[in-house]
Amino acid sequence: MKALLSLLRRDVRLALRQGGGAGTALGFLLAVIVLLPIGLGPDQATLQRIAPGFLWIILLLAVLLSADRIFQPDYDDGSLEIMAMGPVPLELASLVKALAHWLTTSLPLALAAPLLGILIALPPAAIPSLMLAMIIGSASLSLIAAMGASVTVGLRRGGLLISILVLPLYIPVLIFGMAASQRSAGPDIATPSLLILSAFALVALVLSPLAAAAALRAYLR
Amino acid sequence: MIQRFANPGKFLALANTLLPWLWGATCAGFVLGLYLALVTSPADYQQGETVRIMYVHVPAAWMALMVYTIMAAASAIAIIFRHPLADVAAKTAAPIGAAFCFLALVTGSLWGKPMWGAWWVWDARLTSMFVLFLLYLGYMAVWQAIDDPHRAATIARIVALAGFVNVPIVKFSVDWWNSLHQPASVFRMGGPTIDPAMLAPLLVMGLAYFLLFLALHLTAMRAEIAARRIRALKLAEIGRR
Repeated sequence: MKALLSLLRRDVRLALRQGGGAGTALGFLLAVIVLLPIGLGPDQATLQRIAPGFLWIILLLAVLLSADRIFQPDYDDGSLEIMAMGPVPLELASLVKALAHWLTTSLPLALAAPLLGILIALPPAAIPSLMLAMIIGSASLSLIAAMGASVTVGLRRGGLLISILVLPLYIPVLIFGMAASQRSAGPDIATPSLLILSAFALVALVLSPLAAAAALRAYLR
Repeated sequence: MIQRFANPGKFLALANTLLPWLWGATCAGFVLGLYLALVTSPADYQQGETVRIMYVHVPAAWMALMVYTIMAAASAIAIIFRHPLADVAAKTAAPIGAAFCFLALVTGSLWGKPMWGAWWVWDARLTSMFVLFLLYLGYMAVWQAIDDPHRAATIARIVALAGFVNVPIVKFSVDWWNSLHQPASVFRMGGPTIDPAMLAPLLVMGLAYFLLFLALHLTAMRAEIAARRIRALKLAEIGRR
């Protein structure tokens, strides 16, 4: 447990101090939001209609673009090999690394995206449900990203491959995330879509570390 | 039984005996199936003659799902039993499955234009089938991208199993979401709802597609085993030098 906590602390600290973490991801979010009204025209009604779906897609792409940071630096400098030989099972180490990615990239994005949605005419009443769906959905996004990152970790040009492999698996998150975002916040906040979204996150929580560890072992052998 | 054919030599002997019969049966199946589908089966009372697209479209979609299932099962067998031919089976099934999937998408699109008035709609069944096609491409890309065959095999197994989540989604998409695509009418609880005069040609076509897959798959596996032998021989030759 202590080893896992120190690994988590190390990964979070590295992500925050090396750059490429939350700050850069938020910058990406802002830059893409600026592009939207330029591309589609500043019509408020159109923007309002597409805002939730657009924010979800930016979230997906931002997580995807940062996915290769989960394992690549540690694979390149050999620290992943030391982790594989250490007392902590590689499965748990992958889980911790996915968690660190969620804390430093996906979660800040999930918290910021609905607020920045104001810029593209997202009605303030829609913010709480969108944020809740994004927080739960972003956990699955980080876990699936860890799986994709592990599968492509030793490849020189893994960036394109990782998007082909990961984006199809993101589609259920997008579908149910959008369905959960459209409900207005109220007493019946646990809509079926939100429950399915949570179930998906739990399944990813179990399966993604297993798959990631198996893939990493294939590269470390 | 499976372990007996772990020896590629024995597998090749079996494949060589079976293949001529399989190809013969495939041709017979398609001749009979197409005759029933295009000549003797009745036109639909609503759709008219365009209903005949179904005999090409539906079996292709069945096969696209089945081949992915076979691919995932072979990958699981490769992980659990270390069966030497399971990876070969999974690898060679992927392009065939992708072709069936593509065929289902294209014929569906051609059928959608006269029936729904659009080549493509973003509907649950169509979208999930499209995702299946992407999964096939991703799986094939893994084999292409990784040079070392053993490593590629390990990674490909994981990718195939992870993508299997989509197969039940495709199958049940028409029940879970309100879909423009019609719900299941052959493989459903309580028996098929399709008319027997159309069911018979459809099942014959399904069988013909399945035989075609078996023939193509065995041929592809034979070629893959030969390619591996050539690789091994070349490596041995370099080693001797």
